Amino acid sequence: MADLLKFTIDGKQLHAKPGTLVIEAARTAGIEIPAFCYYPGLTLQAACRMCLVEVEKMPKLMTACTLPVSEGMVVRTDTPQVHSARKYMLEFLLTNHPLDCPVCDKGGECELQDMTFRYGAGESRFTDEKVHTPEKQFSPVVFYDAPRCILCYRCVRICNEGLGVGALGVINRGVVSEIAPNKGDHLECDECGACIDICPVGALTSGIYRYQTRPWEMNHVGTICTHCSDGCRTTLGTRNGRIVRGNNRDSSGINGEFLCIKGRYAFDFYDHPERLLAPLARVDGKLTEVSWARALETVAGKFQQTLAGGGSFGVVGSNHTTNEEDYYLQKFARQVLRTDHIDHHRTGDLATLLDALSGQADKLATVADLDQRKAILILGADLALEHPLLSFQVRANYRHHAARIYALTPRPVREDKYAVKSLRAGRPEEYFAALESLRDALRSEPEMVAVFDDSVQGEDIGKLVEFAESLGIPVKYICLLDYSNSRGALDMGLAPELLPGYAPAARPGMRLREMLEAELDVLWVVGSNPLKAAGRKAGFLVVQDMFPTETASQADVVLPAAPAYEKDGTVTNVTGEVQRLKRAIEVMGAKPDLEIMGFLAREMGVAAVLGPWVPDAVFEEIRARVRGYGVPAAVIAAGGAAQTTPVNGRIPAEIPRAGEARRAHSAHNGLFASGTLGRYSRVLTSVLEGRLGR
Amino acid sequence: MTFSPQLEARFSKLLNSYPPGRQRAALIPMLMYAQDEIGSVTDELVDEVAGRLGITALQVHEALSYYSMLHRKPMGKYHVQICTNISCLLNDGDKLWEHACKKLGIGHKETTADGRISIEEVECIGACSWAPAIQVNYDFHHFVTPERLDEILDGLKDKP
Repeated sequence: MADLLKFTIDGKQLHAKPGTLVIEAARTAGIEIPAFCYYPGLTLQAACRMCLVEVEKMPKLMTACTLPVSEGMVVRTDTPQVHSARKYMLEFLLTNHPLDCPVCDKGGECELQDMTFRYGAGESRFTDEKVHTPEKQFSPVVFYDAPRCILCYRCVRICNEGLGVGALGVINRGVVSEIAPNKGDHLECDECGACIDICPVGALTSGIYRYQTRPWEMNHVGTICTHCSDGCRTTLGTRNGRIVRGNNRDSSGINGEFLCIKGRYAFDFYDHPERLLAPLARVDGKLTEVSWARALETVAGKFQQTLAGGGSFGVVGSNHTTNEEDYYLQKFARQVLRTDHIDHHRTGDLATLLDALSGQADKLATVADLDQRKAILILGADLALEHPLLSFQVRANYRHHAARIYALTPRPVREDKYAVKSLRAGRPEEYFAALESLRDALRSEPEMVAVFDDSVQGEDIGKLVEFAESLGIPVKYICLLDYSNSRGALDMGLAPELLPGYAPAARPGMRLREMLEAELDVLWVVGSNPLKAAGRKAGFLVVQDMFPTETASQADVVLPAAPAYEKDGTVTNVTGEVQRLKRAIEVMGAKPDLEIMGFLAREMGVAAVLGPWVPDAVFEEIRARVRGYGVPAAVIAAGGAAQTTPVNGRIPAEIPRAGEARRAHSAHNGLFASGTLGRYSRVLTSVLEGRLGR
Repeated sequence: MTFSPQLEARFSKLLNSYPPGRQRAALIPMLMYAQDEIGSVTDELVDEVAGRLGITALQVHEALSYYSMLHRKPMGKYHVQICTNISCLLNDGDKLWEHACKKLGIGHKETTADGRISIEEVECIGACSWAPAIQVNYDFHHFVTPERLDEILDGLKDKP
């Protein structure tokens, strides 16, 4: 290839595209050039001077992190001069750095420690007293220890560029320079913790993880965050059966290193004191702890008795349970309980979108598309608050690829700052008026991804698709949904009108709201709180949940369920990408919903009908039976993501006519809310309380 | 915040001196000029300048806390800056500093009771060829001896 430059690093002949930095070119050739401030994806800083290298015909050592390769360049990274430069830089960095590694959270995975070990001097010539300043707490999440800070600006840049928040800065000068929060003595930000993870030393530490463990004493389990529907991979650090940390430093998964406060810290609901750890059943009218055997017997007995008497069942599924659990539940409902009354709380009108796209291939965007496609159209949602990963991707796309963003939202949003056009609109008629005004601009885009929330549903989705398709450019769509497996719930047929894979149900049963208002003989609620503000009408109520929710407290039997972090299985994110959950810990007393349903089936003697309640076996059945789920098993098993391709024909979803009640209701959870899970997360509630207290 | 018409005119000239989108470059001169008019960089001024430049208050603080000539509290009517950096130090600049402190009874960034004089120990003011040097507001004095310093300080007492 003619456009590649030829150059030499440490005697190796290398080629790279113009613009490639020496540090990156060396990295691809397996030559490590140490650096603190350089970070892929962020702007260049050249603050730490660790990456100094010798370049022929240049009088002084050069910073490899800011130097682009050029034709015939000869670079040396392994000379006495470079070695002594590294050694002296480390000596300088350590002049005020406390040697408190034994009690520092970062000890063992600290870049300064590693580099001192590899390149540094064993002793310092500085005998002066170190400048000490006390540690500061910026927020419930973020602690800052100024003496440990080496001022690499990584935190400042990730917050400003990656998150678009800009809550951190560097104040003062020289030896007293330090990181400062945006509100004088405290932070007002997303509390995502990206600054903490990206810190190469222990200057920024998290209120959740600090002083909990040494890094090497943890086991690390890569699983999928169970909060919003973006499907970020979070690597949970566990120790002695407890989750102590969440992060994704290995950049695995669709989110790379990105996580918001929920993925990083809001795993803490699992050991909330109110967590249900034993089954409950009504004894003399009061919910009382009973054994699993007795609880399962009671429920199975009631199910059988109702079946025998020709009674009615209603089944409410969850937005958080796995695909396997959803599939098994609908199979249980339809084949064993012989009911068509099955639904879940819908947070976006996905079925109508799929119907509107019938007959067209390649119309559903992935998370990666938001970082790659040239133009993004956002309708309604405040992505930065409700879908942090999607918002991060859009920002990255703007920064790296100069994407053109169009935001049509009811309130000001973070995207306004980068958008080529941002208009205030919240109702469908406003959207369509605004879209008409943008028609020419959008038509001139080479391609587009359209993202919309529950403010566009029913016939309006058809109108939106019609508008977008009339532009004559390739358009992909994302219908926003709220929770970690909202997508899977619909894909798996937790809907009265749809069987798994969007096949039409022969006799559509009752919808969620109808079930709650009907006097059913048995209502079975799995991982949901539909009776949050209503009294029960059903004769017998069975609830599987983690917490004593409003619904659980009205139940006849409550079966304590395990959250996503305590089970295996798969979930499907908002963009239809299937990923694998991996059990991080086990908590005594609670069971995964699939196991609970399996035991119920065995108790009823119908296990043979439903098949094994093993996640892998159920997933195999899903792959074989559910249209669109023929995803490569090896990709999923290896922890990758694969997008499903749901149906390509008409979906018999009834489109509500104008004036009819809306089918989907998003909770529009912000950064610090996450439905029931959010109520039981100490870190989320503490951030909210901190804000109210001010 | 309202400023004098002259200052407003300077601001608008400054803001037009940079290419569109680079108005942030006007930050330091804006703070300097505003400080000259209102005496110090107040919180209100920080917010005002941040708003005019489309940056955050934190970004103003970053620059503000870096540059020693920007003050958060009002200094005296005459702000005497004595250099003790290397060239001045070699020519007894540190003695000048000690002399000024003793004579006025105040220390670094402190102001006399009558509010007329404040002193500050500063790094290099770019007058090494004429060391030791001091700066009173925007005026330089070269080859300063303790006797000359006395004259300068005494002269400030009743200078209008």
